[in-house]
Amino acid sequence: MLIAFYIVAALAVASAFNILILRSPVYCALSLVGCFFLLGIIFILLNNEFVAVVQVLIYAGAIMVLFLFVIMLLNLRPDSSPRSLKFGIAKILGIGLTVGILAQLIGVFGSSAAKLGPMGEYSAQRVTEEGSLEIVAELMLTEYVLPFEIISILLMVSIMGAVVLAKKRPPPEEEESQP
Amino acid sequence: MIPVSHILGLSAILFAIGVGGVMIRRNAIVVFMCVELMLNAVNVAFVGFAYGMQSMVGVMFVFFVLVVAAAEAVVGLAIMLAIFRSRESLDLEEFNLLRW
Repeated sequence: MLIAFYIVAALAVASAFNILILRSPVYCALSLVGCFFLLGIIFILLNNEFVAVVQVLIYAGAIMVLFLFVIMLLNLRPDSSPRSLKFGIAKILGIGLTVGILAQLIGVFGSSAAKLGPMGEYSAQRVTEEGSLEIVAELMLTEYVLPFEIISILLMVSIMGAVVLAKKRPPPEEEESQP
Repeated sequence: MIPVSHILGLSAILFAIGVGGVMIRRNAIVVFMCVELMLNAVNVAFVGFAYGMQSMVGVMFVFFVLVVAAAEAVVGLAIMLAIFRSRESLDLEEFNLLRW
């Protein structure tokens, strides 16, 4: 299981790294879909089928399809500027900041993983017996019912916002002619 | 049992790749995909902690992060459609209306 984790993790990092390199937005999106699938496999290895299924359904299935729709709707061409080896100051700053954040994260995670808090009540055996979906469903409708309602409002507001933002505005003279 | 520190390491690497993409790439949609990747890296950390601490709180947070990611994708892509209508481009270098 540990070996499977390392293999899948390496593949996921590789396919995420593709996004930095590939020029065409469509290839980037497909590579990201692959990354999301591999992360779904990792969630299964971490004993959590609910998150794995949701990952594949919503991230790979819904969000990335939306991205692909927009890319194809806008008919984006791949970046045609010549690939320059010359690093501008912005690029150097960006790479430096990235490496800094990576070092910081690994430092913090390395020191925090050693001292995890007290164990919770959901052992791996219990999760396997009861099923992660049942446990999540029960928690969501008891302990977390208020955030659950709030995110449903958030989703509705974002739908309306998207419609308002993406709607084509009529030309101004038409608006004026209407009483 | 997979050690929690290795899961967190994977999460950190994915997050750093996302940050790098936001810094380096010039296409607005690709930058947006990198933001999604960063949200996903956080999800990996949440599930890793839930796995290591035998708790379900992390899994609940993954669900909420997911909904926020979906809402963000919808609104962000709508903004991009609106920008593309007026500018005919999604190159971040050309968005200079709010620049000094």
